Amino acid sequence: MRGNPAMHDLVAPGSLGAVLDLLAAEPGIWTPIAGGTELMVAFSAGRLNAPKLVSLWGISDLRTIQANSDTMAIGAAATFLDLRRDAVIATEFPLLARAASWIGSVANQSRATLGGNLVNGSPAADSSPALFAYDAEIEMISVRGTRRVPYSQFHTGYKRNVLAPDELLYAIHLPRRFARHRQYLRKVGTRRAMAIAKVALGATALLEKNTVQEIRISAASLAPYPTRLFDTEAALLGKAITRETVLAARSALLAEVKPIDDIRSTAEYRRRVAVNLLEEFLLELRRGELHA
Amino acid sequence: MSRKRDESPSSLWPAIQFTVNGGSRTVRVPPMKRLLDVLREDLHLTGTKEGCGEGECGSCSVRMNDELVNSCLVPVLQAEGADIQTVEGLALNGDLHPLQQAFLHHGGAQCGICTPGMLMAAAQLLAHTPHPSATEIREALAGNLCRCTGFMHIFESVAAAADAHDAQQANEHTMEQTHHAR
Ligand code: FES
Ligand code: FES
Repeated sequence: MRGNPAMHDLVAPGSLGAVLDLLAAEPGIWTPIAGGTELMVAFSAGRLNAPKLVSLWGISDLRTIQANSDTMAIGAAATFLDLRRDAVIATEFPLLARAASWIGSVANQSRATLGGNLVNGSPAADSSPALFAYDAEIEMISVRGTRRVPYSQFHTGYKRNVLAPDELLYAIHLPRRFARHRQYLRKVGTRRAMAIAKVALGATALLEKNTVQEIRISAASLAPYPTRLFDTEAALLGKAITRETVLAARSALLAEVKPIDDIRSTAEYRRRVAVNLLEEFLLELRRGELHA
Repeated sequence: MSRKRDESPSSLWPAIQFTVNGGSRTVRVPPMKRLLDVLREDLHLTGTKEGCGEGECGSCSVRMNDELVNSCLVPVLQAEGADIQTVEGLALNGDLHPLQQAFLHHGGAQCGICTPGMLMAAAQLLAHTPHPSATEIREALAGNLCRCTGFMHIFESVAAAADAHDAQQANEHTMEQTHHAR
């Protein structure tokens, strides 16, 4: 069944304030739509359960990318092409720039937004591992004001998150202190462009005297929602990278991930690929091969 | 059934204005109507094709405010005020665009369903990268699927159009020099 456009109301109030007023007046009634790369697919297939939609496209407050002295503030409606074109992101947050290049094709990257990717909350979201690795903070806004949570607390379940019905995702903040960190991101899928990840692993680490001082590891498609692998990190923190710690980290990862079988892959395959990616990261880290 | 859905009195819907291929157009349609359907059904610009209707195939690609977009994923209200170029806007006064000539010459089109999208994706590439590498051509067209040509002739067509563009510029340059020499 095709979607019928006459069955949906779509309004474009044009300013952030007006959108927030609308959400506050009728919380839970209005579905925000940014670049439409998720919602319009559902609409075309006749399975968009959203009678009233409010457009976020063209609201410049939501699309700014600003480099402050110690953080990078990325508006929720910045597109993946915006991210790829930003010079500070390219040099200081290369994993995010790389993840942005994986989002569909150019025609998807020109419309798909970072905020949309997070709110949609797909377990396979391409941008999530990079945001965990950079210790991102999520800022939300409503007529009541703004609030922030660490990204690791944003997703709460399959396609569920901490946003209140009157709230919008406002900005993603990245601390600008990863210049000396070693960084790793790899996605395994059927094809570089377009294909949804079977597994992806992202990580940053600070190594001093061959000891792990700081480490953040995250994976896509290994749990019902994007997750940081805290137990795996704990197995490595304060340790030197030896054969034993690599084995301990592999076991920790296997114990904490909960992959599923689906049309793209099997749980068993995902587990095996994930531990191999982890090992690749750790070996490259030890050999000093990763970009600082 | 699908024909009937928009036959409610058109005055019911707010006017949405945008520019297509240089001309201002105003439509009164449901704001959620896909730009693809507005182009084809309301403006009768049927060059833009529908393949998948879900952002996977690129056959509906158009240029909107100097970005390539899949028109099947754009609700027309979000095109309000936009500057849109479709495949119908490539040829100038009946003269084919160098990309169109190259596709003809190098066998870049067979059944033609993917062709308008390929042309618009290539036009977007050349507008910003007049000398694309083979990798840049592949990346720019990665969202456009073709079931006929096997892609090689398409990549060759785009490369040839970029060269033709160079040749044309070189030609203009020579003409200018000749002009100055006189
Ligand atoms: S019809 Fe729009 S991408 Fe396939
Ligand atoms: S020419 Fe037929 S799909 Fe490309």
